[in-house]
Parts: sequence; C-alpha cells; structure tokens
Amino acid sequence: MTKYWLLQLAVMAGVTYLVRMLPLVIFRKKIENKFIQSFLYYIPYAVLAAMTFPAIFSSTGGLVSALIGFAVALFLAFFEKGLVTVAVCACLAAFITEWIGTLV
Amino acid sequence: MQANTENTYINRFQKGVRDGIPIALGYLSVSFTFGMMAVAGGLPVPLAVAVSMTNLTSAGQFAGLSLMLSGGGYFEMALTQLVINLRYALMSVSLSQKLHKSVTLLDRLLIAFGNTDEIFAVAAGQPKEVGKKYMLGLISMPYIGWALGTFLGAAASAVLPENIRSALGIAIYGMFLAIFIPPMKKSKAVAAVVGISAALSCIFHYVPILNRISSGFVIIICAVIAAAIGAWLKPVSAEQGAAE
Repeated sequence: MTKYWLLQLAVMAGVTYLVRMLPLVIFRKKIENKFIQSFLYYIPYAVLAAMTFPAIFSSTGGLVSALIGFAVALFLAFFEKGLVTVAVCACLAAFITEWIGTLV
Repeated sequence: MQANTENTYINRFQKGVRDGIPIALGYLSVSFTFGMMAVAGGLPVPLAVAVSMTNLTSAGQFAGLSLMLSGGGYFEMALTQLVINLRYALMSVSLSQKLHKSVTLLDRLLIAFGNTDEIFAVAAGQPKEVGKKYMLGLISMPYIGWALGTFLGAAASAVLPENIRSALGIAIYGMFLAIFIPPMKKSKAVAAVVGISAALSCIFHYVPILNRISSGFVIIICAVIAAAIGAWLKPVSAEQGAAE
C-alpha cells in the first residue's frame, strides 16, 4: 500500500509541477485564443462544483446533518463570509444536528 | 545600488516574506483540513505532509487524496491533476511576463513550484516587474504555512473522537462553496458553469451504469464540458482571467 501511495504521490507532484513549470519556461507570449482563455477562467469553478455535488450530501454521519451543514454553508457563502468561517460553521451545524439526533 | 535596482523592479526578499504572511495564515487552516482528512482516510502522517510539501495546491491535493484512498489508477491520477491544475498554466503564462529579465531559467524552475492562486494574485498585483528574491520571499511563508498546517491537522486527527471527525467531513465542501458562490452572484456565466457541472456530476453519481465511472474521471468530464460551454457562451477577457 505504501509503495502504491508513494507512486501516486510522485505522479501527482510531477504533473502538478509540469503544469506550472512548462508555461513559465516555454511561453513568454500571452495566450491570444479567447476560447482557451475563457475555458481556463471557468475551469476552477467547474472543478469545485463537480467535487462538491453530490459528495457534500454524504460527507457527514447522515443525510440530515449533511443537508443542514450544506444549508448553513450556502447561506454564509452567499453573504461572502470567509472560507474558514463557512467551513467551521458548516461543521458545527452538522455536529449539532448529529448530537441532537442522538438525544431523540 | 540596492535603491537603484529597486526603482526598476521589485526584488526585496523581506518584502516578499511580508506579503506572503496573510497567505500563509489562510493556508494554515485549509491545509489543516487536508491533513485531518488524509489521516482520517488512512494515510500515515508523514505521507500526508509529504503530499503537501511536494504539491502545494488545494483542489488538486483533495482530489488526489480521494483517488489515493479509493485506489485509483496512475493514469487517472495524472489526468485528474492535469485538468484540475490547468488553471496554473494560464497563471504561469501570465506570471512569465511579470518576471524581470534578470530572472534566469533556473530561477523560473524554482518559482514555478510556488505558483499558487494566491501567490500568483499577489505577484500579479505588484505595480512593477518582480525579481527572483521577491518571488522566493513571497513563496516562503505560504509554503511553511501549508506544510505546518498539514502536519497539525494530521496529528490532531489521530486524537479526535469519531463524531467530531464525521462532522469535519463537510469542512472542505463548505470551503468550496465559499469559493464559488460569491462569483456566481456577480457573473451569470460562472453561475451557469457551476450549475451545469454540479448537475452533470449528480447524473454521473445517481444514474446506473454511469455511476460505475470512477470519481476522478467524472470530475474531469463534468468540468471540461461545463467550462467549454461557459467559454463558448460567454468568453471572458484576458484581464478578467488573469485576475482570478
């Protein structure tokens, strides 16, 4: 298992570095293609969205606590609270929901 | 002599370090979450720290971690990292033009490693061209913060009770929401891209047969389709792209 993990670590680090390094060394000119520019602009949001949904619904001990945590995070993110605030409050909401669940 | 060069471009190591401190503080908490999730998922503490010290990227590491824990293939890992980190290519192209001519090829090889979203944003925001010493100073604190946070999170995870650990699973998604919800309010195109990507991802997760495709590929497929639709419907200018 450790050997597999170390190999995956090498693949991960290698690709991440090459993606950053090659353009910095090779490209000295700006990318003019508008489609590629736009595509690269949208990619981070698209990746985060695909990673978040539907995984967030099964990220805690149960669906109810995940939904409540999600609702709290959505609310705070909408009002542009900081990353840490949103993350911590989502955890607290999920934790409290699960704790209430054990009482009933 | 120092003052003379300072007039033409920004190259003080101390200024870089100072500019990097706020980034480092932000990284502490994000990498804390990463360290915690890595160890909670079964990764040994040193390996979790090694991932952070060799990658220095948030979304890529979280995606990579889930692949490592689910036993994903090497090609899948490479492709996932390529797609998720593709934005760095754009940032590197942009940063390339911001570097002073005194920056050598060897310096570039080193600076490239530390080109994260936040470090790029700070470097790009400087009023003049930047030099090697400034860039290395700027990278130093966030790098330490990222590694240290991972270690602390990994170490803490081992001692936390199960019910707290399970509630912490939502932390990373809360953080993702905090990243992509605010720009959705300002740009309908970003909102559409997020909506399309999320909807596709749900389809891949719940529809039989499609749900056999592994998560790494699902992220790639969804993100590429959604971003391509966004780029086709609403192209953005270079300035907007670089500001990201």
